[in-house]
Amino acid sequence: MEATEPPELVIEAGRSSRHYWRDLWRYRELLFFLAWRDVKVRYKQAVLGAAWALVQPLVTMVVFTLVFGKLAGMPSGTTPYPLLVLAGLLPWQLFSGAFSGSSGSIIANANLVSKVYFPRLVVPLAALAVALIDFAVVFVMYAGFSTWFGIWPTWRLLALPAFMLVALLIALGAGLWLTALTVKYRDFRFIVPFLLQVGVFITPVGYRTDNIPNWRDLLALNPLTGVIDGFRWCLLGGDYQVSAGLMGTSLLVAALLLTTGVWFFRATERTFADII
Amino acid sequence: MDDTIIRVEALSKKYHLGLVRHDTLRDHLAAALRTSLRRLRGMRVPDPADFWALRDVSFDVKRGEVLGIIGRNGAGKSTLLKILSRITEPTTGRVTIRGRVASLLEVGTGFHPELTGRENIFLNGAILGMTQAEIRRKFDEIVAFAEVERFIDTPVKHYSSGMYMRLAFAVAAHLEPEILIIDEVLAVGDLPFQKKCLGKIQDVASGEGRTVLFVSHNTAAIAQLCTKGLVLQYGRVAHWGTAAQSLAYYSASFTEDSGSMNDSFRILDQRVAIADARINGSNKRSIQLPPGRDNIEMELEFTATEPLVVTLEARLLDQFGGCIAFFCPGHTDPHHNVIQVSAGRHVLAANMRLPPLHRGTYQIDLALVRPGVCYYARAENPCFLHHSGTPLPNGNVFEQSAQGAGYQVLTGAVRPRSGGTI
Repeated sequence: MEATEPPELVIEAGRSSRHYWRDLWRYRELLFFLAWRDVKVRYKQAVLGAAWALVQPLVTMVVFTLVFGKLAGMPSGTTPYPLLVLAGLLPWQLFSGAFSGSSGSIIANANLVSKVYFPRLVVPLAALAVALIDFAVVFVMYAGFSTWFGIWPTWRLLALPAFMLVALLIALGAGLWLTALTVKYRDFRFIVPFLLQVGVFITPVGYRTDNIPNWRDLLALNPLTGVIDGFRWCLLGGDYQVSAGLMGTSLLVAALLLTTGVWFFRATERTFADII
Repeated sequence: MDDTIIRVEALSKKYHLGLVRHDTLRDHLAAALRTSLRRLRGMRVPDPADFWALRDVSFDVKRGEVLGIIGRNGAGKSTLLKILSRITEPTTGRVTIRGRVASLLEVGTGFHPELTGRENIFLNGAILGMTQAEIRRKFDEIVAFAEVERFIDTPVKHYSSGMYMRLAFAVAAHLEPEILIIDEVLAVGDLPFQKKCLGKIQDVASGEGRTVLFVSHNTAAIAQLCTKGLVLQYGRVAHWGTAAQSLAYYSASFTEDSGSMNDSFRILDQRVAIADARINGSNKRSIQLPPGRDNIEMELEFTATEPLVVTLEARLLDQFGGCIAFFCPGHTDPHHNVIQVSAGRHVLAANMRLPPLHRGTYQIDLALVRPGVCYYARAENPCFLHHSGTPLPNGNVFEQSAQGAGYQVLTGAVRPRSGGTI
């Protein structure tokens, strides 16, 4: 590493936070390698590889189109219903993959945490990578469907990375809370699948928000609502409008979740090695 | 500027013992409520589960020194290394370190079985704090040291355990920190490999002028490698001096330890209480075995609050903590060596035939058990046996740890001295 005179390091109770963010930057290669390991291992062990990432959104798309579009008769505007659902599933999958990955990450890497020092934030951050790779796979599928339905991308597509980032940060915020809690109380592991199961319905994945004005303000409290609306605005074009109020509320909740998540994780990470 | 590279000042670390670990939120809430109620009533109850793994530890290490840290199991060696490696925080006190630290508390941390040798070198290197460029530069050297050239692109799950250990150590051995912290990693691998590792550590320490902190039960290795020695006892510094002085202090502490072994029992089942434990009629923590004697007589006096099925279990360990022999009569012959005792006070006696032993100090573990079901009470190293048999041939310091490679099951009989029926 640097050939300069190493700085003096002081270890004291409650002191380890001094150079935290600088340390995190210095450990960026570890972050990269952990992410690379997770991606590699995931695709090494699965025979069908990327196909798994496709099956789930494909089946969910069909089911949601039938249930929300046909049975419940929800309107989809000018957009074909399957495409509406898929445009919602894209960010939802990104979120759920990143969230379940990061919330289980510290326990999954317990051997590292108890044997080596590094800023613990590296682990949940690295867990986001697998979700991003899966996202890329589903995105290719989306592009195929979109072309088939004759919907072409517009300049709005340029805003998509921003919404992806928001989805990842929400997942990270929630993931940090849960992974820190799980270290101490293993019960929190069981909350994750439950949250995701319920979450897919209280997030407008299978329906659009602009025709349910009474519920929209309530839905905005779920930060993913803003992300999904943002995705649809970017991808579907045409008549899809986003409400500034909804977007603002969602972003505010997302920011709150992330800052408290980072705060709680930082407050508890010093004891991880002792109680894991 | 003086050349102190590590300064440890009044370091202490407190742990909560397993007894009160709250695994679920419900337990935790209930306990928190109880404690705060007690506080409200003005009672100050010291938590019985508080345990000081380290207490007021202070020492300095100078640049280029090789410090050996010695102590019995549970003396706080690993906790000290964990604090110095920043894995865990001290409760009080402070450490000042001037230099880049690499710590090796385990060989192969973060190795993933599905990844190839090549991939694991990069992953493990990153975990140990090497940069990608550094790993790439040393890659060939690492592979050559590990002697795994042919299998470098094979997933490590197909490696033999020897190859796996060699590769893991090779990565760590090529770290270039100013300070290297090593915890008993030499307890693994075969003898040639252990020698190779020790040799490498010696190169690092003497040739390249780095500071090394080395924890080991292997007193011979400490004598060979270290310039300074620190003896820890019950979390405190018992001795601090040159390696030779510290080793002398450490071995003397075995013979001079005149405490009773009864204190070292942990009660795991509240239905029993240990009254006395004796080996060859003595309850001292240090016992001399006369030459030619090939058995030991163990007696355990205990009280039971209700009728129980019991027997005695013992393990004989070499000085590095490797198990040489296992005495478990209830497992080998459940019909004859398991004893039904009534509530009350009992003495269990067992005669254990020892395997042939070299001259040296051995440790013994004792337990009161129901075979295959549970431990009632258990003591780790309550007693040290000093055996004055023949010394090791050709003075090879590594020979002895090889005894730990496989243990033998000892036979003998357990019988009640008073009360109880077989």
